[in-house]
Amino acid sequence: MTPPELGADGPSAASVLELRGVSKTYGQDPARVHALDGVDLSVRAGEMVAVMGPSGSGKSTLLTIAGSLEDPTSGEVLVCGMALAGMPPDRKARLRRRLIGYVFQDFNLLPGLTAAENAALPLELDGVAVPKARAAGLAALEALGVAGRAGWFPDQLSGGERQRVAIARAIVGDRRLLLADEPSGALDSVNAAEVMRLLHEACQRGVAAVVVTHDAQLAAWADRVVLLRDGRMTGATTRPPGPESLLVPREIR
Amino acid sequence: MSVPHALLALLSEGPKYGLQLREEFEAGTGEVWPLNVGQVYKTLGRLERDGLAESEGADHDGPQKRFRITPRGEEALAAWLRTPPDLSSPPRDELVMKVLVAARVPGTDAHEVIQAHRLYLLELMQQWTRLKEGEARDDLGLALMVDAELFRLDAVIRWLDAADVRLARAAAEPPRPSAAPAPAPRLRRLGATR
Repeated sequence: MTPPELGADGPSAASVLELRGVSKTYGQDPARVHALDGVDLSVRAGEMVAVMGPSGSGKSTLLTIAGSLEDPTSGEVLVCGMALAGMPPDRKARLRRRLIGYVFQDFNLLPGLTAAENAALPLELDGVAVPKARAAGLAALEALGVAGRAGWFPDQLSGGERQRVAIARAIVGDRRLLLADEPSGALDSVNAAEVMRLLHEACQRGVAAVVVTHDAQLAAWADRVVLLRDGRMTGATTRPPGPESLLVPREIR
Repeated sequence: MSVPHALLALLSEGPKYGLQLREEFEAGTGEVWPLNVGQVYKTLGRLERDGLAESEGADHDGPQKRFRITPRGEEALAAWLRTPPDLSSPPRDELVMKVLVAARVPGTDAHEVIQAHRLYLLELMQQWTRLKEGEARDDLGLALMVDAELFRLDAVIRWLDAADVRLARAAAEPPRPSAAPAPAPRLRRLGATR
């Protein structure tokens, strides 16, 4: 299923999200606030990037701009190779609905809808025919291992199952970019890690994800951790070697 | 880490051979802590000398001896589990030293030093997390070990974050006029030679 927005030339680069020199200021001089200051970030398909920084560092602004909910003051944003600047609002809204999935802190499942209906909701809101939307919703539940709960309501599900349904809803259809703002909010550390595991697995199946968090243990699930401070990118981890380096090789014992 | 008590714990499951103890020790810690055979036999010798374990010599002719835990060994193990480890004195931490030094050496940007360590620690945490994602899923011993390491590294990163803020604040504020010079408090052991 290729979203119509991709057009004939398709995404030119493997980058699902590309920020080029993105700045965002609020207010007027002399009280101008630089929320983001010349941020460059490229996220490939299959890659999970964590954005870490103290509160007020610009993490959430970065996410709203990446999600096309706000325009940068300067700089360029490309989603699947398409520049958002100058895109008509209706086209931008369609791109947002079809290509971008959001994971919310509190999961936000609608209580009156079954798991399958919740998962299919973004597609139905986008005007996809109900049977087709339901089939995609079911496929997403399947990918998260909760297809067996399709007909259940949120209050009948365990906390872990609700997490899975919420992530299924975020990846339903042909979403290429997952955006998550402190996705594990108030969960205990074992359940928070489970959310990150599920997001990382979704990336391994091909989507790109940007996860904003202030928690190093959650950020460590990402393939790359980017540090933000006062609106600037101050550093990033380089792809770490595999975990083998932590284990003692048998031959040298 | 206490190897003698870890071996006693394994013996509390039943009599075992030295090599078997080594294998089970390494498997139980997710193979993160290697143990050589010499160390195993040396420790068993000491446990035997102290009456905490004994070898089954009489009913066994082979070159290998089986060891079993004694009632005194069981008591010692139970007591050790409940004895708090010595966390009361700050350890002489290399990273703490580096940041303290970076803050004093002229021409050194302590924030840059902190940032380099922060990135290194995050990469290390990513590696441990890959273990958690893979091998540790079905290995409880390894999962517990990996969590312990992640919490430890997380705490170090948080300390770096706090140090970063503290140094920035100290640089922004003029030094406070010092009152009568009072002797600075000394941490137990930290300043003393060990």
